[in-house]
Amino acid sequence: MNTSITRNIIRFVFLVLVQIAIFNHINFLGYINPYPYILFIVLFPIGDNRGLLLFLSFLLGLSVDMFSNSGGMHAASCVTIAFLRPWILQSIFGIAYEYNAVKISKAAFGERLLYISILVFTHHLLLFFLESFNFSDIIYILKKTLFSGAFTILLCLLFLTLFSVKRK
Amino acid sequence: MQQIVNFIIKYRNFLLFVFLLFISLVFTIQSHSYHRSRFVNSANFLSGGIYSGLDDITTYFDLETHNEQLVEENNRLRARLLNTRDSVSQKIDTATYHKRFQFTTAKVINNNYTFKDNFLTLRAGSKNGLKQDLGVITSKGIVGIVDNISKNYATVISILNSNSQINAKLKKSNHFGILVWKGGDPNIVDLIDVQSKAPVKMGDTIVTGGKSTIFPEGIGIGTINSFELDPSENFYTIKVKLFNDMTNVGHVYVIENLDREEIKMLEQQTADEH
Repeated sequence: MNTSITRNIIRFVFLVLVQIAIFNHINFLGYINPYPYILFIVLFPIGDNRGLLLFLSFLLGLSVDMFSNSGGMHAASCVTIAFLRPWILQSIFGIAYEYNAVKISKAAFGERLLYISILVFTHHLLLFFLESFNFSDIIYILKKTLFSGAFTILLCLLFLTLFSVKRK
Repeated sequence: MQQIVNFIIKYRNFLLFVFLLFISLVFTIQSHSYHRSRFVNSANFLSGGIYSGLDDITTYFDLETHNEQLVEENNRLRARLLNTRDSVSQKIDTATYHKRFQFTTAKVINNNYTFKDNFLTLRAGSKNGLKQDLGVITSKGIVGIVDNISKNYATVISILNSNSQINAKLKKSNHFGILVWKGGDPNIVDLIDVQSKAPVKMGDTIVTGGKSTIFPEGIGIGTINSFELDPSENFYTIKVKLFNDMTNVGHVYVIENLDREEIKMLEQQTADEH
């Protein structure tokens, strides 16, 4: 239990630092930035502590907001995907989720990809909508969501592979 | 009463979600309106400190370009100094000489240009005499306006921000307009509401107008890239290519107009009388 708490604290700090120091400044093709910091919400232990997840997601988003001067856009998007997470998990993993037997790192590749993609695209769509705050920019928002989302998913999968714990 | 408590316990996660979402939306809406003192910004102790530390590392990558910019500026200033016509004959009486503008240098420790509302963070704050609403320029042209300040850091509303509106004019003819940015290319900004009688030509220079108390008159902004008349044929919308490369800003100057308080007070007084 204690190692789980420590691991999540380290993950929180590490992901926020990497996000603000590196990924906020990638500017690929002028406007594509990945946001792999939501990996914290993806990997948060599955269980009955939904209130804690909501609160931590809010803090996570707010820390990124503070560094990018974006008000509360990241916080709003993070809280929303944290709130939606149980239903997404349930619809993807079905019966295994109800018995608390889901491990993201051990899930099949297809299921993992689907789970991450849904979270990432929901987060990005909301984030870019709040950023432009204008329905007339919908094409721009969708374009940005698609490209940045693909970038984020790629990075999330990469992070998962790189930092996965192999037990012999 | 019992039922209310039960309701709260049953839907506690949903209520927490709604509460947190509400707070974040309030912050978001605040960030979309110009100049509200914002609670979450990068001028505070923690984020400023971390950006400052990161900048100490990354600043080495840009040293060469920053040096070139400095040499270029020195070169220009030296040329002006040596080419002044007979400076002895122009008597400057230092007793009555009135200093209007005060400059402070600052280092940019964070810079965005990909969002719709972009900000810069400076390593200089109230300790260095910075205040809200001071103009920020580089040797080439304008950068933005100081927004939030803390003791050691300040955030700047970049000209690449949808809330930024700066008075600008044609250098040649004094016809003025408003400088805005609608997102997209960080090298191009729009000058709107320019009278259709203005002699607009490609390649002409746009400078700051003297109508605001933020920037002195005649600070460079950019050159005219393209222009078109609006459908009613009353106003030009001009695309301006910036002199500054907003994607690479190192050291900046913060300008304080020392007459600002006096001008504001006078304007306020006049407005009150009518």
